Amino acid sequence: MSSPSHPPSDRCVDHHEIRLRVNGRDICARVEDRLGLADFLREDLGLTGTHLGCEHGVCGACTVWIDGHSARACLTLAAQADGCEIRTVESLASPDGTLHPLQQAFRDHHGLQCGYCTPGILMSLAELLRDVPDPDESAIREVLSGHLCRCTGYQNIVAAARAAVDRLRGAQ
Amino acid sequence: MKAPAFRYHAPRRLEQAIELAATLPNARLLAGGQSLLPMLNFRLLAPEHVVDLAKVEGLAGIDELPGAVRIGAMTRQREIEFSEVVRRRLPLLAEAIRWVGHRQTRNRGTLGGSLCHLDPSAEQPMVAMAMDAVLDIASPKGTRRLPMHEFALDLMTPAIEDGEIVTAVTFPQWPEGHGWGFEEFARRHGDYAIVAVAALVLRDGDGRLSRASVTLGGVAATARRVTDAERCLVGSRGEPAAVAAAAEACAQVPAMGDAQIPAGYRSRLARTLAQRALDRAIARTGAVA
Ligand code: FES
Ligand code: FES
Repeated sequence: MSSPSHPPSDRCVDHHEIRLRVNGRDICARVEDRLGLADFLREDLGLTGTHLGCEHGVCGACTVWIDGHSARACLTLAAQADGCEIRTVESLASPDGTLHPLQQAFRDHHGLQCGYCTPGILMSLAELLRDVPDPDESAIREVLSGHLCRCTGYQNIVAAARAAVDRLRGAQ
Repeated sequence: MKAPAFRYHAPRRLEQAIELAATLPNARLLAGGQSLLPMLNFRLLAPEHVVDLAKVEGLAGIDELPGAVRIGAMTRQREIEFSEVVRRRLPLLAEAIRWVGHRQTRNRGTLGGSLCHLDPSAEQPMVAMAMDAVLDIASPKGTRRLPMHEFALDLMTPAIEDGEIVTAVTFPQWPEGHGWGFEEFARRHGDYAIVAVAALVLRDGDGRLSRASVTLGGVAATARRVTDAERCLVGSRGEPAAVAAAAEACAQVPAMGDAQIPAGYRSRLARTLAQRALDRAIARTGAVA
């Protein structure tokens, strides 16, 4: 287990002070220099929706938004997020618990089984739906190519994404 | 795994960054982190210091110059991908950049980071090689300019000293009406290319090719221009026999091999992809981007 990144300043470890905004909340924290953003979110902020699979940029489980764009939290140091705006999967549902259309579509279309890959995929698809209002299947699959899912075989993820597109377009 | 312990620095001015890079022992520069962070997490590297260039002013941006486009080393691949200037003036780069990693990594990865990492199958060094790009390299002694073919020394070995920082890359523009093609084969989209080919051609008034550039990725230790292929094309009309001869020249470049991907397979891919990239480039000549 990674040790918490808070002070023990008598330890011979370098720390940095960072200020950032996470899911709309302003945060100021002292982090170990080598601490990854995903570990910071999970261990220090308790935002355990961001998962860590491979820790080297291959699986996409750790995908969050950094300044409005999807990114691998395992390939970002917490210190690099200083001054940034971070969004995690916890920000998708409304405060009253109403699921984001993508989350609802994943539920309706069996777009997840174990759910390990799901938070990262949701963040990537949320970016796609924001940037491309009517993505075709190949655009959806291209975004999904940045993610590994060991359970679903991807078909239901694509179906869920398409359903969310239809629903969002219908709502306009 | 988690990265080993190091000390992180985030300078804001280039002079500070240069000074840190030149004076700190065992320091690594951090650009977008899409290659360095995996290497740290794998513990392939254990630097004492990491100098993050993200906050250094003036290292990112795309500038139009007469006859060239200058791109700051910290410009993210995403910005290149969506740049109207790049699409209009450097269509080969615009096409190749979409093969770089995935949406999620292009959002963070930078041009300068990729050139300095110098993976043999990376697309951005290929385009820099194909277009005879020139790198600006800053150090305590000032700035020197180095053409890409001198920068790419060997496998993942750029010609850069401790304390030097690549600040920008200038891509000389090909004339309007040139053709371009980029082809790549990987097991899955977004994986490192097994082989990739970049091609540029220019036709003169009577339909002959007056210029050609053919570059292989994933075959040699660094991106490799194939001058023999270029010679087959220049002076031809881009007819099938000339393209086939150029593709054959690509297959003759000594290829790296390993247990999974034997050299002979890379050579066959080089021939096939060169053929496709050239066909596409030739078909595009005369079109205005
Ligand atoms: S944990 Fe970040 S990509 Fe796998
Ligand atoms: S649902 Fe299990 S890994 Fe995707």
